[in-house]
Amino acid sequence: MLEGEDRARFEALVLPHLDAAFNLARWLLRNRTDAEDVTQDAVVRAFRAFGTYRSGNARAWLLQIVRNTCFTWLRQNRMAAEFMEFDETTMPQESENPETLALAGSDREQLTRALEALPESFREILVLRELEGCSYKEIAEITSRPIGTVMSALARARGQLRTALSNPAPKEARRAV
Amino acid sequence: MPCEQTENQLHGYLDGELDPVSAANFEKHLETCADCKQTLAAEEALHQSIQKANLYERAPESLRKSLLGRPQQSPAVRAFPAPRAFAWQWLAAAAVILLTVLVGWQQLQKPRGVSEAQLMAATLVDAHLRSLQPGHLTDVESTDQHTVKPWFDGRIDFAPPVHDFAGDGFPLLGGRLDVADGRTVAALVYGRRKHIINVFVEKSPSENYWNGAGESQGYHWLAWQKDGFSFCAVSDVASPDLAQLKQLFFAQ
Repeated sequence: MLEGEDRARFEALVLPHLDAAFNLARWLLRNRTDAEDVTQDAVVRAFRAFGTYRSGNARAWLLQIVRNTCFTWLRQNRMAAEFMEFDETTMPQESENPETLALAGSDREQLTRALEALPESFREILVLRELEGCSYKEIAEITSRPIGTVMSALARARGQLRTALSNPAPKEARRAV
Repeated sequence: MPCEQTENQLHGYLDGELDPVSAANFEKHLETCADCKQTLAAEEALHQSIQKANLYERAPESLRKSLLGRPQQSPAVRAFPAPRAFAWQWLAAAAVILLTVLVGWQQLQKPRGVSEAQLMAATLVDAHLRSLQPGHLTDVESTDQHTVKPWFDGRIDFAPPVHDFAGDGFPLLGGRLDVADGRTVAALVYGRRKHIINVFVEKSPSENYWNGAGESQGYHWLAWQKDGFSFCAVSDVASPDLAQLKQLFFAQ
């Protein structure tokens, strides 16, 4: 197990990317509470796997673990999540983040809804590129896809997001996920 | 009809991911293709509105607290005890030491100039990492360049150029003194979306002191020289963002 030096190295190399990890989980799971649990789980997994990490891009390495943990979680909770979605319109919208509360304009709300309505793989790629500022190479590494696929998926994801924004129909779009 | 051929190129161009030749070719194509021109404008508008909407969500303090210094104590981790050290592991360690000494000796034989920039960058990436620890980011916290610039007076034997680039998406967050390789350097702290960029500034001993760009521990760095100062920007933002910041410094 990791002790002393390795643990300090883990904290110095990997923990600075905690915001990136949480942000990705929050958008993949569409929920801050679940994102907190899953990020914690992912960091513990990363810690256990740190022995296999030698050098290279620590952020991409962590984000790869985070997205895999998220997808596993989503698969396991798919049934429950689908059941919840019927009630979505009557449930209060997520806005627990005080930092963003002040900025809650119509643009933000509309973009959030449009982004959350996109298929997971498109949402993932947009979050990595637009919010996290990852290069194509990093996205390819995180999502285990060739760079060419990243480029075409990004083009399609942006196209879908623009369409969703120009005809906002959140309920319809949700069902298509 | 959509111009499908350039669909991918358009996004590569938008994201600064095309090599210079492809970028030039695409710009030439743009002159004649109204469709691509329109799509590019729409994509740029979308990009702007996403950036303005501030969708990034930082990790809650509770998560940070529960993880800092903690993962080792989690039951999941403790469930896997450390394997016992066997004799062959000592042998392996000895082999590694021998190899390290050999490689190190070979490295010493090489001209030093090659890796000098990388060594310097690694030192500054470490300084960047230190600055991200709670309470270490800024000594003077201000978005006003007229507050940050005078702060350095008397603390360091040169006056670093301090500019706020908030209008271009790089707001100045403050300044700090840092020590790199035994020398005191000025660190200017910029924000980029929700990310932090440290720009380390020191007096250049010579005109071609050091330049270049690279990646270390998952962080990008970009170094340049201007007006007798040596600059190195370090961050986890994508390298095109650092290139843009460098341009802004050059435009001053």
